[in-house]
Amino acid sequence: MSTVVADSHDAHDEHHDHKPTGIKRWLFTTNHKDIGTLYLWFSFIMFFLGGSFALVIRMELFQPGMQVIDPHFFNQMTTMHGVIMVFGAVMPAFTGLANWMVPLMIGAPDMALPRMNNWSFWILPVAFLIMLSSMFVPGGGPAFGWTFYAPLSTTYSGDSTALFVFAMHIMGMSSIMGAINVIVTIMNMRAPGMTYMKMPLFVWTWFITAFLLIAVMPVLAGVVTMVLTDKFFGTSFFNAAGGGDPVLFQHLFWFFGHPEVYIMILPSFGIVSAIIPAFARKPLFGYASMVYATASIAGLSFLVWAHHMFTTGMPTFASLFFMYMTMLIAVPTGVKVFNWVSTMWRGAMTFETPMLFALAFVVLFTIGGLSGIMLAITPVDYQYHDTYFVVAHFHYVLVSGAVFSIMAAAYYWLPKWSGVMYDEALGKLHFWCSLVSVNILFFPMHFVGLAGMPRRYPDYALQFADINAIVSVGGFLFGFSQLIFLAVVLKCAMKKGEKAPAKPWEGAEGLEWTVPSPAPYHTFDTPPEVK
Amino acid sequence: MKARLTRWFTAMVGLFLTPATLANELRLNMTSGATDMSQTVYDLHMLVFYICVVIGVLVFGIMFWSILRHRKSRGVTPATFHDNVKVEIAWTVIPFLILIGMAVPATLTLLELDNTDDSELSIVVTGSQWRWHYNYLDYDVEFQSILATQNEQTYGRLPKGENYLLEVDRALVIPTDRKVRFLITSDDVIHSWWVPEFAIKKDANPGYINETWTRVNEPGIYRGVCAELCGQGHAFMPIVVIAKKPAEFDAWIQEEESRIAERRAEEERLLDMEMSMDELMELGQNIYLSQCAACHQPNGRGIPGVFPGLVGEGVSVGDRNAHIDIVVNGSAGTAMQSFRASLSMSELAAVITYERNAWGNNTGDRVQPADIHNFIQGNQ
Amino acid sequence: MSEQHKQTDHSSIITKLLASVVIMFAFGFALVPLYEKFCELTGFNGRTDNTASVASEGMLIDTSRTVTVEFTTRTGRGAPWSFRPEVQSVTMHPGEIKVVNFLVENHMNDARVAQALPSVSPGTATLYLNKTECFCFEQQPLAANEKAVMPMRFYLDPDLPDDIRRLTLSYVMYDITDQIQGRSQTASRSE
Repeated sequence: MSTVVADSHDAHDEHHDHKPTGIKRWLFTTNHKDIGTLYLWFSFIMFFLGGSFALVIRMELFQPGMQVIDPHFFNQMTTMHGVIMVFGAVMPAFTGLANWMVPLMIGAPDMALPRMNNWSFWILPVAFLIMLSSMFVPGGGPAFGWTFYAPLSTTYSGDSTALFVFAMHIMGMSSIMGAINVIVTIMNMRAPGMTYMKMPLFVWTWFITAFLLIAVMPVLAGVVTMVLTDKFFGTSFFNAAGGGDPVLFQHLFWFFGHPEVYIMILPSFGIVSAIIPAFARKPLFGYASMVYATASIAGLSFLVWAHHMFTTGMPTFASLFFMYMTMLIAVPTGVKVFNWVSTMWRGAMTFETPMLFALAFVVLFTIGGLSGIMLAITPVDYQYHDTYFVVAHFHYVLVSGAVFSIMAAAYYWLPKWSGVMYDEALGKLHFWCSLVSVNILFFPMHFVGLAGMPRRYPDYALQFADINAIVSVGGFLFGFSQLIFLAVVLKCAMKKGEKAPAKPWEGAEGLEWTVPSPAPYHTFDTPPEVK
Repeated sequence: MKARLTRWFTAMVGLFLTPATLANELRLNMTSGATDMSQTVYDLHMLVFYICVVIGVLVFGIMFWSILRHRKSRGVTPATFHDNVKVEIAWTVIPFLILIGMAVPATLTLLELDNTDDSELSIVVTGSQWRWHYNYLDYDVEFQSILATQNEQTYGRLPKGENYLLEVDRALVIPTDRKVRFLITSDDVIHSWWVPEFAIKKDANPGYINETWTRVNEPGIYRGVCAELCGQGHAFMPIVVIAKKPAEFDAWIQEEESRIAERRAEEERLLDMEMSMDELMELGQNIYLSQCAACHQPNGRGIPGVFPGLVGEGVSVGDRNAHIDIVVNGSAGTAMQSFRASLSMSELAAVITYERNAWGNNTGDRVQPADIHNFIQGNQ
Repeated sequence: MSEQHKQTDHSSIITKLLASVVIMFAFGFALVPLYEKFCELTGFNGRTDNTASVASEGMLIDTSRTVTVEFTTRTGRGAPWSFRPEVQSVTMHPGEIKVVNFLVENHMNDARVAQALPSVSPGTATLYLNKTECFCFEQQPLAANEKAVMPMRFYLDPDLPDDIRRLTLSYVMYDITDQIQGRSQTASRSE
């Protein structure tokens, strides 16, 4: 009976563009656009929260000596910064983009599983409330880094570990539900004629990402469960005294962790592959090879995990295997970069804000990729490992990589979401401020790392003082530059700006530009025909 | 401050003249180190770095050329090509070949680095929160190495010294020109023993041993740090290695052996002696500040929820034998380690006495070296 | 009806995906024994077998080379005993059987249970270090103030690669009294 009622209600909704108002609309929404918006706002808030934790870190590191906080709180800050940025900012931002754009791009009326969609979003704020509340437990929050290596996170951690584990479980469930939704939507809801090899690359990269999520988030759930039982229930998975092996933790964690890195970058590839052709007014070079490269990166990502563990004392044969596999991953990644550059070649480019961010992505992500090749070389990695060189590397890939691509996506699709054009002058200001400050922030980290400064240090030797001061200045500049972005987004949200046409970008391609701006509450009730 | 600015100014001018020497001058690059191995590693680092720079320059060069020339404002019509099998095969195969070019020297270097054969001296290096413990396997010498930088420097009450956070109370001493093997392990969490100038970084895993080696060419002082997050004292457990010429090393180790033997004899003698409260408290305070204050804090108040306070609570004001037990044996499953091996009987007695009487604990208890001896002998 | 059709379509994919999630969760746990097995086969983590091996009858002693085996010991945190090898190292031929005694002394006035855990470096040598008798195979009950001599009898497999000329066997002796008492009252101590 209830199904019938629900169905007729849905049908009712479909015919009239009305929606519940107020808090109820957001709490009970099953509309992919609403949920996408929720995800994006959530990740934006988390981005500022995680960023403010980073500023606390940079404040302490501005000078040698302990000035602002104590080492224990410093460790909580690095842990929370990592967890929030990975699980709270980058991943939900991508899920938000997927919610908004995947149905629009494949001509589907909504995500395949709208009610689950609502759940997968709303458990996320709960998870982060638990995670953040752990900092108020006596003894402080988790202070073992976002990688929570055992036994620091088991025998030697505080009671807040339990909250950390539960929060991770919930985040994992949210990601898994989101991934299932994306896969089912892409497999079952494509408009007639939308074959797999006609799908936009953003859809393709998310499709592959979703499979990665399904494969590794359960492993993460397993690992945090083992941490929980080791800490509270006397098991000895990672406890040497009980016959376990602490290095096993790292194998399990990085078996999840390395594919996780690609989960945070593959959708970026999709975004950039949409934006560069649009503003170069030229079709994407090597569409098919992009798809194959994405798939092979995803496949290889399961075979490289131990390159995070070269110093754990693996036998030489294992180090060699993981070194070769890691180097191999540079090949498909290189293919992607070459394809983007070829797409620009002999195009007719214009440089609106989304394009600027996409171009910065290509350059800065490539710098991160090249330092990645250096890190893959095991004997030299003995010198790089756990220094700021690594910190520089992954921030190039994740901040000027993943985060820049998310910003590019936001500028690119904001007219579609809000119905008004964003403020181009503010957008350009945001871009140039971010570009300059992100490099002041992260580029000198390469040097201070090579010079020997280890990561996760609340205090350091005097020889690193100058560069740390520069880095901290860059950090604050970058942090405050993001307020410009907030202003841009708020202006759009308040509909202040020029009315956007259905297709504001001359060279843009794809079904999302065939619906009016802002996209109506319900789109593609009748599937479009794709030729 | 002025000197620093001048240095940076010369540096910035120099940047355009001699980037490579400059990078070394400012310590912006990896050290080429003090051993043949670290030189090899440095060369490999520079080789891979230059290859990456060339790739970067090529890719970004083409990209920026395109950005400059192929812009709409120049009135160009966009081309329509979107495939070129030959080019695509080329840029798959060529990077692959470049990677092989890097993999060959990398493999050879790794094989050499991992080969610990024919060592002439073995040292067990044990990490614990937050100090290093060194044990010369072939000699009767073992000791702990603890951060020597005063707390006051960290908290800005004293100016920071030249080797701020890179100085220890007792340095590890090794001979030059001999292959020294390090067996690395941990008592609690994972640490990582890193001396950049030897190009050695190896994790210290609790319950397992790892090994690595070095052969230092020049006598000197080499400084390193812990490289794996190990809790709140992670930044405060540096490594100092002094390399001495073989003859000097042999003399040093003999001296150490006899000193340790003497100390034992002294301990025996002390067992029959009463130490006065003042003596105990003075020695105890020194030991407390160097050994205990990192966790329990100089004021004895600990960190709530992390490290127990000692003021007016716990064993410090409770049962005396329980107090001796936890200091001598440590406490399983916590950060409290055993001080049996690292402190002498008189030091143990003094620090326990200090904890029982400092900060207003005023239990009035005096613990004598003989009490510790009796406890360890199980005769309490 | 087309709605109905779509619904079933979804459920078949959802079932498969959920099954994958469950399988991957289980796989995470399965990796634990798999890792242990892998380590056993390759010496990956340097942990030796905890079962006695039997020296084959006709094992030849390879007198052409000698190998040095070093011993290091530590006590686990909070363990109230001293624990050390009688000799720091032995030099032996592959195939030769040696006995090394380890001395342990319980400093406490109550009985304790100890468990020693071995680790070998280089890890690849683990496969060739065979113990026919070892105190580390079992939990060791220690009476109050007991001094015990614990023998370890072992040989190196003559197949030991030529390039291994020195290896180190490390033991950490943990106090597992509380764990045992915590677990099961019925588990009888081996007498």
